[in-house]
Amino acid sequence: MAREIGDIILDLKGVSLSFGGVKALTDISFDVREHEIRAIIGPNGAGKSSMLNVINGVYRPQEGEIVLRGEHFSKMNPYKAACAGIARTFQNIALFKGMSVLDNIMTGRTLKMKANLLQQAFRLGAAEREELAHRAKVEEIIDFLEIQHIRKTPVGRLPYGLQKRVDLGRALAMEPQILLLDEPMAGMNVEEKQDMSRFILDVNDQFGTTIVLIEHDMGVVMDISDRVVVLDYGKKIGDGTPDEVRANPEVISAYLGASH
Amino acid sequence: MTVASSGQATLAPDSQDTFPRLLLAHARVRGDRPAMREKDLGIWQSWTWAEAAREVRGMACGLAELGFKRGDRLGIIGDNRPRLYWAMCAAQMLGGIPVPMYQDAVAQEMTFVLQDAGIHIAIVEDQEQVDKLLEVKDQCPDLLHIIYDDPRGLRHYSQTFLHGLDELIAAGTIHDRNHADFLDQEIAQGQPDDTAIMLYTSGTTGKPKGVCQTHGALIAAARGGCGFDQLGDTDEVLSYLPMAWVGDNLFSYAQALVAGFTVNCPESGDTVMTDMREIGPTFYFAPPRVFENLLTQVMIRMEDAGALKRRMFHAFMDVAKRCGADILDGKPVAGKDRFLYALGQLFVYGPLKNVLGMTRIRVAYTAGAAIGPDLFRFYRSIGINLKQLYGQTETCAYVCLQPDGKIKFDSVGLPAPGVEIKIAANGEILVRGPMLLKEYYQRPDATAESINAEGYFMTGDAGFLDEDGHLKIIDRAKDVGKLTNGAMFAPNYIENKLKFFPYIKEAVAFGHDRAMVCAFVNIDMGAVGNWAERRGIPYSGYVDLAGKPEVLQLIQECIEQVNAELAHDAMVAATQVHRFLVLHKELDPDDDELTRTRKVRRNFISEKYAVLIDALYGGKQNQFIETEVKFEDGRKGKVAADLQIRDARIFPTMQGRAA
Repeated sequence: MAREIGDIILDLKGVSLSFGGVKALTDISFDVREHEIRAIIGPNGAGKSSMLNVINGVYRPQEGEIVLRGEHFSKMNPYKAACAGIARTFQNIALFKGMSVLDNIMTGRTLKMKANLLQQAFRLGAAEREELAHRAKVEEIIDFLEIQHIRKTPVGRLPYGLQKRVDLGRALAMEPQILLLDEPMAGMNVEEKQDMSRFILDVNDQFGTTIVLIEHDMGVVMDISDRVVVLDYGKKIGDGTPDEVRANPEVISAYLGASH
Repeated sequence: MTVASSGQATLAPDSQDTFPRLLLAHARVRGDRPAMREKDLGIWQSWTWAEAAREVRGMACGLAELGFKRGDRLGIIGDNRPRLYWAMCAAQMLGGIPVPMYQDAVAQEMTFVLQDAGIHIAIVEDQEQVDKLLEVKDQCPDLLHIIYDDPRGLRHYSQTFLHGLDELIAAGTIHDRNHADFLDQEIAQGQPDDTAIMLYTSGTTGKPKGVCQTHGALIAAARGGCGFDQLGDTDEVLSYLPMAWVGDNLFSYAQALVAGFTVNCPESGDTVMTDMREIGPTFYFAPPRVFENLLTQVMIRMEDAGALKRRMFHAFMDVAKRCGADILDGKPVAGKDRFLYALGQLFVYGPLKNVLGMTRIRVAYTAGAAIGPDLFRFYRSIGINLKQLYGQTETCAYVCLQPDGKIKFDSVGLPAPGVEIKIAANGEILVRGPMLLKEYYQRPDATAESINAEGYFMTGDAGFLDEDGHLKIIDRAKDVGKLTNGAMFAPNYIENKLKFFPYIKEAVAFGHDRAMVCAFVNIDMGAVGNWAERRGIPYSGYVDLAGKPEVLQLIQECIEQVNAELAHDAMVAATQVHRFLVLHKELDPDDDELTRTRKVRRNFISEKYAVLIDALYGGKQNQFIETEVKFEDGRKGKVAADLQIRDARIFPTMQGRAA
C-alpha cells in the first residue's frame, strides 16, 4: 500500500456532552491520524452519532475541545467544519429528493463557488467558466462512484443503496480532507455493502482522504478500518487496532459478546 | 481515385483490401470526419479518422517494441472502447491476429481461449480484467504482457509485465516518427487472405473453436452489406454489443472501415439507453431480446400512465398496426389511414421513437434468435425499418438479409449479394461465398467436418427456401428430433413461440424419444413482477414469485395459447406441451446453462435438472430441488424450492388447416 498513515490530524480531548440530565458523551478523548480509516463502534445509544455531530459542530460539547491540525476549536460549527475540510454523510440520507443526482452532487461544491449571485443568476463569463470547472469535477466523482446511468435521475426515484452512494458523492464533491460517514452501510444487502466498502477504500486510497466512520456491521468494520474506538453508554471502553479491540474483554462483554 | 465527399456510395475502393489500408485511406480522404466517439465524464469526445490512424500507428509500434510479430495473437478484453477497436487494427497492421474475448466471462472461462490461441500479449480495459488475467496467469505460461487502457485502481500494481496503454502509445509514436517506414512496410506485407481476426464460437456444443476470418472475407461481407443498405460515411452506429461477437465485428469494425461511418461507444453498459438518445444512430443492430426489453419497458410505462395518454397510445397503435408496416414498405394505403397515421406520428410514434433514441434510424437489424412476429410488427408499424438477417460466426454473420419493402415476418430474407445457398437432403442449410471462414484455429478436423467437398459451409440449421426464394429457419438441424410416435419435434420452434410472451424469458422443451413434450419455463422478473404488483400479489423475490399459484396460472394460459397455435399446423400438432414447470432460478451463462450469447445449452440442462425431467415424465405433481448458483464474483450459493408441475390443455389437431 502506498498510503501512509501520517500525523494526528484531529484530536478530541475530554469531550463531554449532555442534553439536560442525559449524558450522551462522558470525557471522551481519541485522535485520528491523517489518511487513516477510523471506526467508531458501539451498541445503539452509545453516543456514536453524537460524537460525529460534535466533530462537525452540530452539537457543542459542554466540556472538552477539538484540535484540528493544531488549531483549537472549543466552539466548532458546521460552517467552520466545512471550511476546514470536514464533510459528512448522514444516517438518514439528507439529499434533495426532487433534484437530479448531478445537481445534488453539485450542491457539495457550494463552498468552492466564488462567483457572486449576480454573475450566477445571469451566467456571466466568470460564473459560466466556474460552473464548467465544477461540473467537470462532479463528473469525475460520478465516474468514480459508477453512477453515470442515473446522472439525470431525480434522487427520490433511486433505490436506497444508490441514494447512499449519491450522498457519499455529495460529500466527496467538497474534496474533504476528513470524511465523516454515519452508518454508510445501514440497510444495505451484502452486495451493496461490498460495493460501498470498495468505494470507501478507494476514496481513502486514491484521494488520501481521512475517514471516520460509524458502522454496525462488525465484519465490515474489522475489514476496512485501521483503528477502532469503542463507545458504550457515552464512555470510551476501547481503542486500538481491530485485533486489539476484538481481544479487549470489556468490549467483548459490552458489545461483541452481546451480539455474537 | 475518386471518392464522393459524403452520403451514399462512399465505399472505399477495392484496392484497400486489408483493414489497416482502409484505415489509412480514410485518414487521407476524410481525415477530419469523426471516426469514433466515446462518452467520457459526461461529455462526448470524438476522434477523427486522422487522429484514429495516428493512435493506431502508435499502438502498433508500441506492440512491436514489446515483441509482437506477424502471426501473433493479441488478446482483447473489455467493453466497447475506441482504443480496444484500435488495438484490433494495430495488431492487424503488424500482421497479427486480434482475439476479442467476452468481457463478462469469469477468469476460468478465459483460460481456455488464452491457452488455445497461445496469447502472449493482451490489451484489456481496466482493473477488473487485469485482476482476472492475474488470477489465471499461472495457468497461461504463454501470457507475457498485459496492457491496460484505464489505469484507475492499478497504481499499486507493481508487476513488471503490466503496462499502461498511454505509455505504450507514447513510446510507439516516438518509434513511428523515427522509423516511419517500418510500419509502412509491415502494412504493405499484409495480404487479403491473411487471417484478420479470430472469434471463438460460443460453444453450444463442446469446447469453443477459434474461427479464423480473413481480411478478404470480412471486407466482402461488409461491402455487400453496406451496398445492400446504402450505408455511407454520414451514418452513425452505437456499438454496445460484445466485441467478441461476430456481429459487432461486422457492424462496428468491418463496415465502419469499409463505409467510413462513425462508431459511438456508450459510457457504460447501464447508460446505453441514454447514450442512444443523445447520439440518435442511423444504423442499429440488436438481438431480439433487446427489442423485447425495450417494448416491455414501453408497455410497463404505458400501463402506469394516465388514462388519457393510455387511450391515445392504444388508439394510435391500432392505426399503426393496421397500416404502419404498409406505409413503411411503400404499399398503397387508404387516405384516411394515411391521415390518422400522420396524426399518430405527431402524438405517439414520433415521441416514442425519440424516447427509444430511434428517431434517425434508417436501418435496424436483428439476428441471433427468432424474433416474435408481434414484436417485429410493432417496430415496423411505428416506422422503424427493422429487418432480420441470418448468419453465423463462420460466415461473418452474412448469409441472408431482408430487402427493404419485401419483408416477410417469418423468413430471414433473400441470400445476400455474393452468397449461394443450397438445402441439403436432410433439410440442412448449406452456404458458399467469399465470406466463409478460412479455418478453425488449429482444428483441421473441425474445419474438414464443417466445409464439404463442394466448398459449402454446413450451418447446422434446418430450413427451406419458400416460393419467392426467402429462407425460413426451423431449428438447429441436430436439435430436430422425433417423438416416440414418429412426429417431428423442433424444440426451438416451440420455445420461441413461448418466449414471444413478455412473461416468459426463457423456455426449454423436451420430447426427443419421449411420448410427449414437456417444458421448463423461466419467468421474466420485470414483466411478471409488474403484473403481480398490479394485482396486489405480494412476493419476496424471484423464487417466491416463480412459485405463486397465480403466476403458474398465468404461464399455463400462455402455454395453452401456444398449444392452440400448434394444433393448427399438422406438422407440429403432436408436439403440444403436455406438462410444464416454472424454474426457481433464472438460467444463467455463469452457471453454464446458457451460452454467453444466451442460447440454451440443452444437454447440460437436461443433465443438471434430470430429477425435474423425471418428475415431469413420471407424472408427479411436485418436485423438490436444490441448485448451486455462481455469483458474478465467483462465489457460490444455493437456491432450493419445491416446484409445482402442471398439466396443460391439449387441443385436437385441426386437420386440413395446415399450410
